[in-house]
Amino acid sequence: MVMTTAEAPTSTAAGTREPDGARRRSRRRPPKQEIPHENRRRLPGRIWSERSAYFFLLPGMIIFSVFTLAALAFAFYLTFHRWSIIEPEKPFVGLTNYRDMIGDERFTESVLNTIYFTGASVPLSMAFGLLFALLLNLPIRFRGAFRTAFYLPVVTPFIVSAILWKWLYNGDYGLFNYYLMKAHIVDQPLLWLSDKNLAMPAVILMTVWAGTGFSMVVYLAGLQAISEELYESARLDGAGPISRLRYITIPMLRPTTLFLLVLGIIGSLQVFTQIFVMTSGGPVNKTTTMVYYMYLWAFKYYDMGYATTLAFALFVMLLGFTALQLRMMRQGYDV
Amino acid sequence: MSGVVDGVDIRQAAPVVPEPRPAKKPKEGNTQFSTRQKLLTYLVLAPMAILFVAPFAWLVSASFQPMSEIFSAVPHWLPENPTLSGYKGFLDVGHLTQAQQGQGHGDWRWFANSAFVALSITVLQTFFNAMCAYAFAKRKFPGRDVIFLLFLATMMVPGQVTLIPNYLIIQHIPFFGGNDWMGSGGHGWLDSYYGLIVPGVVSAFGIFLLRQYMLSIPDQLLEAARIDGASEFRIFRSIVLPLCTPALAATAIFTFQGAWEDFFWPLVILSSPEKITAPVGLALFVVQNRTSWTLLFAGSVIATLPMILVFIVFQRQFVKGIALTGVKG
Repeated sequence: MVMTTAEAPTSTAAGTREPDGARRRSRRRPPKQEIPHENRRRLPGRIWSERSAYFFLLPGMIIFSVFTLAALAFAFYLTFHRWSIIEPEKPFVGLTNYRDMIGDERFTESVLNTIYFTGASVPLSMAFGLLFALLLNLPIRFRGAFRTAFYLPVVTPFIVSAILWKWLYNGDYGLFNYYLMKAHIVDQPLLWLSDKNLAMPAVILMTVWAGTGFSMVVYLAGLQAISEELYESARLDGAGPISRLRYITIPMLRPTTLFLLVLGIIGSLQVFTQIFVMTSGGPVNKTTTMVYYMYLWAFKYYDMGYATTLAFALFVMLLGFTALQLRMMRQGYDV
Repeated sequence: MSGVVDGVDIRQAAPVVPEPRPAKKPKEGNTQFSTRQKLLTYLVLAPMAILFVAPFAWLVSASFQPMSEIFSAVPHWLPENPTLSGYKGFLDVGHLTQAQQGQGHGDWRWFANSAFVALSITVLQTFFNAMCAYAFAKRKFPGRDVIFLLFLATMMVPGQVTLIPNYLIIQHIPFFGGNDWMGSGGHGWLDSYYGLIVPGVVSAFGIFLLRQYMLSIPDQLLEAARIDGASEFRIFRSIVLPLCTPALAATAIFTFQGAWEDFFWPLVILSSPEKITAPVGLALFVVQNRTSWTLLFAGSVIATLPMILVFIVFQRQFVKGIALTGVKG
């Protein structure tokens, strides 16, 4: 009995003691333990004998059932109704909400804005994160200080970052205009957040500032996991720093890159806070993202049915990425 | 068998928060790294670091500046006439005029609300998550795998999908906020601490992480306790929880951080000024175009302090945990 733990599905502890590269846990589960015949009981009996397990599950299950399962079912129900919180009538409207959504130009625009935001902010924060991680992995002084500097924006609450940057972008007193004019890069103060071509890039820049430190830390962890021997043998073969980077570092960091990419896309498609604080979706809807648009329909126009339909559109867009994330997580996602 | 020795062993082999490896020597050999390259590295890193720190440094400086300096044409990196008026106003220190109160002085309450809500969510969620995780990891009961898969599958649903139905559910909680037993008539848990806390006390993600960790607890340990006559709850409290301290700490930190920074949910369900949390208070301050920016900057610095404090205290778990769990800080 004591010796059988290796067969039980609890052998992960042993797996983690292997050397770094091989830490990825196997997806295959060990075969289920055969219950000896005389111990097999009927279902009600087994439920009764394990009743305390259900007790442990109970508080979590209640909350989960109400605020996740029931909410999900209710959300689906809402999409087929015109459900305004200020009107008593909540009629069934069939697929009208979905049809409205497809024909809604502002919705299309919000999708495009969200893709623009994601397509720019995710690669930029990852590229800067990788650059900083590579440089901070070199034998230089003050590495800790540099790391802290790049990580500081991640620790800052996001809302504070958004407020701060809104001020930095201020047309009259903002630091951006002051220094750009002083360096004679621009002649007139730019209205960063109210110019329809500048607003989205401004929000993206702030997001990159806030997110780069995170990519850097994850990349640093990835770099630490690359075995030194690989570099040694490459050096013996006469590979210079550039080809070592190109043929060893970048390929070995692929799992890390995929992880950051998926996580970044999921987070960016749900962008809301900085939009709410910095631009309120303006100017002329140029920064209205999907979640902000949903927020408008739910809590400004009070149409919960249509807003939930918009949320489902986001769900569909996210689905591929969240499924991938879940798979990586279940694989034991060593970064 | 010696439970304590086993416990130490488990902690070192734990999947969630592995012991930090001994500091490695930097990758590239020193011989290959000339002074010129070193200089070049600094030339890239130093300006970037300054750019990254500058906004925050300016925020701290501005929080000590009077309004006239904040609104001057030339930005001041060091306050010329340092003042604590922003902080005093925020924390409601000293005598306040009517006008000052109207401008949002005394909004320290936002922080009290945030602290109360974030701590409640952290404590309750850590406990409930651990209970569920224990059942999933260490108990064999009919339906376990189905329920666990259900938990996992819902992790693919973004919060925005359940946000609106949850708003309506919260509004119709029976017997609260003037509601009858059918859950109608009043506002339920809207604009209440219950509404902020209760939906956040379970997290499928937290359960998953803790379960992975608990799988490494040897079954014999629990079996031995069972033979010694310990009750199931006693086993959970005296064996499982202490063995999971590192994992519990890691998830608790992220939960606290997330709850402290949570914005969307409090924004939609809160309406009375004395209940709003710090992020919502600060954001509304800006969106409603209130003008006393010195207060706002002081408030922003105060809102950042707990996060920096948490980061400094738990730095090691933090960076490791972030790398492994992928929870954004």
